[in-house]
Amino acid sequence: MREIQEFTLEDLRTHLSPRAFTGETVVLNMGPQHPSTHGVLRVILELDGEVIVNCIPDVGFLHTGIEKNMEAKTYQKAEVLTDRMDYMYAMGNILVYCLAVEKLTGLKPPPRADAIRVILTELSRIQSHLLWLGTSPMDLGAVSTFLYTMREREMILDVFELVSGARMMTTYIRPGGLWRDVPAEFEGLVREILKVLPRRMLEYEALLTKNPLYLDRTKGIGKIDTKTCLAWNVTGPTLRATGMAHDVRKANPYCGIEQYDFDIPTHTDGDIYARYLVRLEEMRQSMRIIEQALNKLPYGPIRDNNYKIVPPPRSEIGVSMEALIHHFKLWTEGFTPPVGSVYATIESPRGEMGVFLESNGTPKPYRIHYRTPSLPLLQALPLMAKGHLVADLIGIIGSIDIVLGDCDR
Amino acid sequence: MNELLKPAVEKISKKFNAKVSEFRDEVTLLIPPEENTAVAAILRDEFDFDMLSALTAVDYYPQTTPRFHMVYIFYSTKNKVYLNVRAPLNGNEPSIKTMETVYPSANWREREVWDLFGIKFESHSDLRRIMMPPDWVGHPLRKDYPLGWEEVQFTFNFDEIDARKPKGEI
Repeated sequence: MREIQEFTLEDLRTHLSPRAFTGETVVLNMGPQHPSTHGVLRVILELDGEVIVNCIPDVGFLHTGIEKNMEAKTYQKAEVLTDRMDYMYAMGNILVYCLAVEKLTGLKPPPRADAIRVILTELSRIQSHLLWLGTSPMDLGAVSTFLYTMREREMILDVFELVSGARMMTTYIRPGGLWRDVPAEFEGLVREILKVLPRRMLEYEALLTKNPLYLDRTKGIGKIDTKTCLAWNVTGPTLRATGMAHDVRKANPYCGIEQYDFDIPTHTDGDIYARYLVRLEEMRQSMRIIEQALNKLPYGPIRDNNYKIVPPPRSEIGVSMEALIHHFKLWTEGFTPPVGSVYATIESPRGEMGVFLESNGTPKPYRIHYRTPSLPLLQALPLMAKGHLVADLIGIIGSIDIVLGDCDR
Repeated sequence: MNELLKPAVEKISKKFNAKVSEFRDEVTLLIPPEENTAVAAILRDEFDFDMLSALTAVDYYPQTTPRFHMVYIFYSTKNKVYLNVRAPLNGNEPSIKTMETVYPSANWREREVWDLFGIKFESHSDLRRIMMPPDWVGHPLRKDYPLGWEEVQFTFNFDEIDARKPKGEI
């Protein structure tokens, strides 16, 4: 066996202050197996007493080569891998992939598919924020919220299970539309969530918003400003908490989300508490979108009828020769989009999520790149953490809501 | 082409002799690789492209001129438009100037491209591997890097395959 090679102190010289080499400050390793790092994140800390002088995030422990794997599969098969990345926003991962494929092939999903996509991705955003609302205060010692938020998150996962058969790895959204139509119970379940959640959110707020212990740990901690955010490409609630109302849903709308009425919550402080308030309000806005989408949910087909790319419905395969041929060709060969590259983006609970997709005219994507929000967020972590205590670092990592599967891919 | 993109595209294509192409409403500029930071600085300072939305590369193996394309996708939060910029890179061990000086967020993305594609970034502040372990050999996203299967050996081609198998202790 070969010795495992590690980064040496010398490799990190540019990151550490000269005091680390004279022994004045302590270099300490945190992670990768630490419950509050939300996955497998390793942070190397240079400490002066308990104050962070430098902080070096080390990622890559969850790198699974998903991009490489997708390049070896046809477009339909590659899709299954997408929801393994940001497992808290699986619906969105698939959506952005499908948007890119649709842009490449020129497919146009019908309005019903668009509306259901919006409902499901917004539900997904709420469940991601609910988990965040549970775990982020838990890092600061407030365990009770977690128990409540998981209860409501379960209701949303039930909806996903109803429509797709899987709670998290759904693969429900497909290029050109959806896998199949939603069952009759769908609307009732979603309306139940819309009825229950606003009341429950008041309960969470009663636990945290004016809790002096929580305020103490969050106000003025992990500050960042708009200019730094843009330079370091930090998006999502972290950017909006600095006062900039940038949201891909408003700026570059997708799936007809522009026809719904919603606001972009912002805050100006840019600290952990501001992010908390922005995320809470975002959940309310997501519920507004879902309600409007449900109220005017159109009837009609749920898939584009270009059977060269979209599989024909099961009912047609038994009676139509062409449908059978299309089905056979699609699942053995796949489809061949034109040569070219596209870039599609959506707003994930963590920020802008994009897919760069290049095709060379074969049934497999030639190059696929996920532009994920967690990577720039983690890159900017040292800027937020410097000068704070180690205990605050835990709160900051929690507040930017990173998913390491999203960062490492 | 989007009206808001026109001035930027015109200026860059004239000044740097860039090739403009359009596909599905997306504008792509093919610039000379040595001008990448100059182009980025103009886009940022004169045309409000304040975010480097994505940075990645594409490998065109077995072709060697160009073997790689560096892909920069700029975004303007004011005009809400994307602009793709590509820089072709020749040869198997290419290098290009780092974008870090213009957009600090390029730091980790360039580390990722170095790690997975083996494209060197000149005067990058911290060019270490980021996704793979520090002692990894090879650059996985290159097209000549196998996905990880092992070739099946039969009696008639046993020696032939054995000869190209990686040797040494692991």
